[in-house]
Amino acid sequence: MTSGGIRPGVFKRTVTAWATLALAVFCGIAQANPEPGQLNMTPGSSEWSSEPYFLNNVALGVCVVIGILVFGAMFIAMFRFRKSRGAVAEKWSHNTTLEIIWTTVPVIILIVLAYLATNGLKTFADTTNSQMTVKVTGYQWKWRYDYIEYMGKSIDKVGFMSKLDRESDETRQLRSGMDPNAVKVGSENTYLLNVDEPLVVPVGTKIRFVITAGDVIHSWWVPALGWKMDAIPGIVNAAWTNIKEPGVYRGQCAELCGQDHGFMPIVVKAVPKAEFEQWLAQKQAAATPPAQPAAPAAPAAASTAAAPKTAQVTPVAGNSQG
Amino acid sequence: MAHEATHDHHDDHHGAPKNFFVRWCMSTNHKDIGTLYLVFSLLMFFIGGSFAMVIRAELFKPGMQLVQPYFFNEMTTMHALVMIFGAVMPAFVGLGNWMIPLMVGAPDMALPRMNNLSFWILPFAFTLLLSTLFMPGGGPAGGWTMYPPLSLQGSSIAYVVFAVHLMGISSIMGAINIIATILNMRAPGMDLLKMPVFVWSWLITAFLLIAVMPVLAGAVTMLLTDKYFGTNFFNAAGGGDPVLFQHIFWFFGHPEVYIMILPAFGLVSEIIPTFARKPIFGYKAMVFAIASIAFLSFIVWAHHMFAVGLPLGGEIFFMYATMLIAVPTGVKVFNWVSTMWGGSMTFETPMLFAIAFVILFTIGGFSGLMLALAPADFQYHDTYFVVAHFHYVLVTGAIFAIIAGAYYWLPKWTGHMYSETWGKIHFWNSVIWVNVLFFPQHFLGLAGMPRRIPDYNVAFANFNMISSIGGFLFGASQLIFLGVLVHAVWFSKKKATDRVWEGAKGLEWTVPSPAPYHTFDVPPIVNDAELAHGHVDD
Repeated sequence: MTSGGIRPGVFKRTVTAWATLALAVFCGIAQANPEPGQLNMTPGSSEWSSEPYFLNNVALGVCVVIGILVFGAMFIAMFRFRKSRGAVAEKWSHNTTLEIIWTTVPVIILIVLAYLATNGLKTFADTTNSQMTVKVTGYQWKWRYDYIEYMGKSIDKVGFMSKLDRESDETRQLRSGMDPNAVKVGSENTYLLNVDEPLVVPVGTKIRFVITAGDVIHSWWVPALGWKMDAIPGIVNAAWTNIKEPGVYRGQCAELCGQDHGFMPIVVKAVPKAEFEQWLAQKQAAATPPAQPAAPAAPAAASTAAAPKTAQVTPVAGNSQG
Repeated sequence: MAHEATHDHHDDHHGAPKNFFVRWCMSTNHKDIGTLYLVFSLLMFFIGGSFAMVIRAELFKPGMQLVQPYFFNEMTTMHALVMIFGAVMPAFVGLGNWMIPLMVGAPDMALPRMNNLSFWILPFAFTLLLSTLFMPGGGPAGGWTMYPPLSLQGSSIAYVVFAVHLMGISSIMGAINIIATILNMRAPGMDLLKMPVFVWSWLITAFLLIAVMPVLAGAVTMLLTDKYFGTNFFNAAGGGDPVLFQHIFWFFGHPEVYIMILPAFGLVSEIIPTFARKPIFGYKAMVFAIASIAFLSFIVWAHHMFAVGLPLGGEIFFMYATMLIAVPTGVKVFNWVSTMWGGSMTFETPMLFAIAFVILFTIGGFSGLMLALAPADFQYHDTYFVVAHFHYVLVTGAIFAIIAGAYYWLPKWTGHMYSETWGKIHFWNSVIWVNVLFFPQHFLGLAGMPRRIPDYNVAFANFNMISSIGGFLFGASQLIFLGVLVHAVWFSKKKATDRVWEGAKGLEWTVPSPAPYHTFDVPPIVNDAELAHGHVDD
């Protein structure tokens, strides 16, 4: 039998690995969209997104400390109690005090973590007092956004499909020969993270999302908002956000939904309230047919057989509950 | 040979049949069936591994270079199904088949013919499953979790369902056999609380299997009837509920992941005391911790579903229950470290893999604790952070323990020592490359890369390339393992002693090496000082 498989290098490597991790935690890289070499979760840009970030950092810190203690004890044991150094095995196999300590201390740590996490869950679950409602519908392989209500006023016919932008789509074809690095908006690489038409929302507004799907299960996820929520046919889920800073926040579908699951990104463009209201007014104007006289047909004439022929077929017709 | 002396009155028990077909296909011998299971799982390990190589090759850099997205999804789905049901589970059943009778002093498994059947179902199940890859329409591509409605879009669902039924039947029969053997066939004096921890871990695992495999069978049968017989269990348009499937699936699925780790706990609890030359610390606590984890596994399933829109109360309950698992798991880790403390350690290959198991499984446990925190899971869920987590617990957890067990008992099985040098080369390559493979995936997930995608933004490029390089080299390192096994079985000249390892304790080391075809025809005398965990009285 041989011995001496563990070299001092292992110890060093482990320490370095954990130190790197710890560094990543405390430096808290702050950005909204993924960065090359990003090591930690984004703190996000919404009112709630600091919750998962904070919990992530606390839990990681706890794990690093426990890891240093446990692995430290292990490595000391491996150096001190090796046969090649003449160690003679002891006979004990119990230590009640120690066993009580290492059962109760973890319980206390868990109670603290559970307390912190429960607060985060409660605030997340509270979708009341929202100032705006957007309906999100997942389809294979695009998203549909319908603006339902803003500041207590219901919105009619503002909705659109949002799918992968053309440049990414051409580049991502098998052996397209095109360079993913060349897909850019300004200086930002947007390969597979850009859409033809983003979801435009106001900052500083509590927005309620009602999320569902038309075919299979999808999941709506923008890391900067701090959560993902499954889009399930036949079920309407609710979640909320309140974005603090204007910006373009990118995300992706997070539930396997078929062959193009990797190619249905989400882009949320958060703009100042005034700008949003202007955008909304434009959208509403565009959705309303310019021929004003056609409007009175709706309330009175129930028996106009000719109506279906002339009525505008708007994409909103696809707005189903799934 | 020593065993012949004890066989005066058993003239029908001489040795293995000479005829190859009779010996292997009609075997009722626990050792041969154990070997069949182990060889089968090794084959599946390499097939499932080759799927992983396709995945890592496509993810080597941004842009689609090798396969179509649909085929990529077939690869992720098949990789999981083959590794879980074909590699890890049969490997544990193989180890159990070989070692449980030897460890409790039984002549064979309680139900030898059922043992044969439960193995020989598997090749047919996996032929069915793998054949879908060559069919028009392709194999299953909706993920191993088979969530409807997506899984119902595939044309191979009937094959998958039937294959899963067969695997389930095989597992249930295997579990019944193990329970019957442990409860009825122990040698006199081998009390339940004197059994090796490995035997305990398998006893508990077998109950988990019997409890949850029928649940999986029910879930996939409902998929089948939804697809072909017009039922609407999971079809919202017909009054069904797609989330119902997830509840049923994970009621199976969470105990399933413990089915894949509890026997690993048992293996490591055998190996560490042997090479530390010191009894296992807190034997009863170890057994109780395994039982607690098994119980908790039934009440945590919805932590896989934090993002489906559970009610607040549900989120809180499943979060708390999940966090509780950290307590018994922590006890196990602390006990392994305490077993090493004050020992007289040597570092042969099984011990190296066992130590790597303790460290790397614990890292997987840490990320598990982080995932348990529901608000943080809203970010982690379905990202590479999860992929990193479950590969730490399944590859450096379950598979490292299986490899450790294989090195540990290989001399007992073959009668020859494997090459310690090549074993160590295998270990160091495995342990380095597996971390290069999976550690960067934590960063990818935290940075926002979803799992199960064939292509990604260039921000994820650097860690994906590192991960792929680690993946290729980890895969290649397992060819060394294959070489070590082939050498030990057919070419090694170094004879193994009966005890094999200086610090080895337990009944399996009292029989000759290689273990004769029939052992313990006469029940052995159990000597308490010889038991692996030492002092059982206090």
